[in-house]
Amino acid sequence: MTVSGIKQSHQDSTKPKINWARIEEAEDFANTVKLFRQGKYDEDSFRRYRLQHGAYGTRMTSDYAMVRIKLPAGEIYPNQLEKIAQLSEQFSIGSAHFSTRENIQLHWVILEDVSEILRGLAEVGLTSREACGNSVRNVMCSPLSGVCPDEQFDSTPYALATARFFLRNPMAQNLPRKFKFNFTCCENHGMVRMVDVGLIPQTRDLNGIIQKGFRIFLGGGLGNKSFVGYQLEEFTPEEDLLYTSIAVIRIFDRLGDRKNMARNRMRYLVNDMGWEKFQNLVLKERAVVRATQSVVTHLDVDHTPTEIKKPIRISDESGNSISDGYTRWLKNNALKQKQSQYYSVFLTLEAGDITSSQLIALATIVREFSSEGHARAGFVQNIALRYIHEDDLSRLYSKLLAIGLAKSGALTMAAPVGCSGTTSCNLALTNSHRLAKEIQRKFLDLKLDQDDDLRDSSIKISGCPNSCAQHGIATIGFFGGGGRAGREMYPNYQMSL
Amino acid sequence: MCGMSREKTIKTTTDIDSLRSEIRDKSVRVIDVRREEDYKQSHIPTAVNLPLANLLSDDTPERVLKLVNTMGIDDETHVVVYDDTFGALASRVAWTLEYLGHFDVSLLETTFSKWKSLGLEHDNNIPDIQNSNHSIHLKPEILATSDYLEKTKDSPEVILIDNRERLNFLEQHIPGAISLPYRTLATPEKILRSKEDMKRLLDNRGISGNSEIITYCGSVGTLSGLAYYALKSVGLPNVKLYVKSFKEWKGLEKPIAKQEDANYWDLSAE
Repeated sequence: MTVSGIKQSHQDSTKPKINWARIEEAEDFANTVKLFRQGKYDEDSFRRYRLQHGAYGTRMTSDYAMVRIKLPAGEIYPNQLEKIAQLSEQFSIGSAHFSTRENIQLHWVILEDVSEILRGLAEVGLTSREACGNSVRNVMCSPLSGVCPDEQFDSTPYALATARFFLRNPMAQNLPRKFKFNFTCCENHGMVRMVDVGLIPQTRDLNGIIQKGFRIFLGGGLGNKSFVGYQLEEFTPEEDLLYTSIAVIRIFDRLGDRKNMARNRMRYLVNDMGWEKFQNLVLKERAVVRATQSVVTHLDVDHTPTEIKKPIRISDESGNSISDGYTRWLKNNALKQKQSQYYSVFLTLEAGDITSSQLIALATIVREFSSEGHARAGFVQNIALRYIHEDDLSRLYSKLLAIGLAKSGALTMAAPVGCSGTTSCNLALTNSHRLAKEIQRKFLDLKLDQDDDLRDSSIKISGCPNSCAQHGIATIGFFGGGGRAGREMYPNYQMSL
Repeated sequence: MCGMSREKTIKTTTDIDSLRSEIRDKSVRVIDVRREEDYKQSHIPTAVNLPLANLLSDDTPERVLKLVNTMGIDDETHVVVYDDTFGALASRVAWTLEYLGHFDVSLLETTFSKWKSLGLEHDNNIPDIQNSNHSIHLKPEILATSDYLEKTKDSPEVILIDNRERLNFLEQHIPGAISLPYRTLATPEKILRSKEDMKRLLDNRGISGNSEIITYCGSVGTLSGLAYYALKSVGLPNVKLYVKSFKEWKGLEKPIAKQEDANYWDLSAE
């Protein structure tokens, strides 16, 4: 008998459907780092390469990197949670950080170890490829897509197909600047007007036949200067989704500003050109794309429905007395799904941070409670557990409580968002990360999560005028800056309402 | 010279199958380094108990010699050590035996919990041991002291490795050290990565060749003891353990370095 053959298997757990990884990229990264250290790779090319593979530089030092792992459409499976826990202990600081764009970040990774992380990610089908740099960043999808009572249809398969099409696609390797897609479920959830391409699923009745499509918004974005995206046309049928995406990317690639770093996102191009002109250009380009594809290019949308299977219980503890905490949590963290008897539950993390032991415990909880067998990352550094049967909610609450993940207020102002700030980011001026954590603690102490007036409102804190915490679309937003008192610089915040 | 070539044939870890057949052949002395009450409950058949705390209470060579003799270990005995702490405690005991001059000592490739979870035999019999008569041939070449470290750490030929967690390292470390957290060395199944995986990891980090390598950790040389064996497992020839580690270094008020302008740990360690 050999030990290597014996691995703990979780027969009941769902495995990821899509493998995003290419194992050979790990080895290539290791070799490139070696060449770089030997001086055989110039600084700029190496930087581009590093970003293309999802490794960001760390504040003030070239020895460390931050690895940004993409979760296309926010989906994350139990074995992936466990792997990330393991990698964070081995190569990072024993915790991971959920971002506002459905990425997971590992900080303080030694540059020479990044390839080992890529290798580990490949074992569970995850990638950090094109998570940074001037490429199509992680394709987001509302954490409620598929369960939202207000949606026309589930846009998750379209988000996944779009991610799949552009990942490693030559047309998206060297754009003027980063490029972001957000899919959502409905008008109210998700952020479609603040990205390069935002999409709301929509149906229309065409002579009795229901046709699927999207309302597409272009040229939005938050940042030093923020813009609201424009709706391209009344209805974009699903077969035009890919052609439209390609057309927009081609125009941006051709005409976008490659020189002026501060103004090279697509929203500036739209703004400079004027919407109508840009809109016409997109429609024309789309006609060209449609006509000139030598092979019929289409999105590979997987419509196989996710299997919804209530995990089997070995024992059922009932008769637990219901605590105040539970009632508070249920009201502030759980939403009814369109599927009767099922709920989606949101976990707030302190400014997106989660420890490796919490990740491991969470993997078990997902297996045990989610009838879809995986979790979804949300838009506000949080995690959604979906398809939780109503009978299981109180048991789930006590499990989450035991690992410190039952903080109330996920759907209220008591769950502030803070980017990583000066804790590791190169650009940050203030420690927004810490401020967000402190506000959350204080608000929960004061029981502000129970205040109905603060429901559906938010506090978002960015460490600089760039808008990683999306402070521009918060009820109360802060962004960090530097003030001067004589010769001394000091950090300060500007507030917006 | 003769001794050296013989040492090279000693494996760093012993796999489960080999240990089981050695136990059947009565050709091994197994040491369980867990606490006495855990040992008494159950242990790998024929194992003797040497709790790490007992060893550390006095680890002068004279005392260690006595312990080794009461465990019936003579110069030629094949010794396998195990623990339930991912190999770190076992490593510290194994290293101490090596330092005394015992060459045939290795680590069980897995922990006692894993052994049990695989359904392998264990009992609570306490073996009868006949005292032995071991010799002392100290191996100072595997030991680093603070004085030695201070003299050599700046040499380009020396690689100093800190095996504590990354956050501890960022906060403070011995100047010139590189960070290789002990968790990096293991897999979920085994106390050490496979030789191939370990070699790739170390190569990437520039830990290879004939450099002199010194490992240290927080206090008593357990985590860094595991690293000592990790480095030996890929055949690196010149590895030393700074057994008194960072606790002593700090106590002696020697210079300490930290990662400037970075404060992620005060957030995440909370």
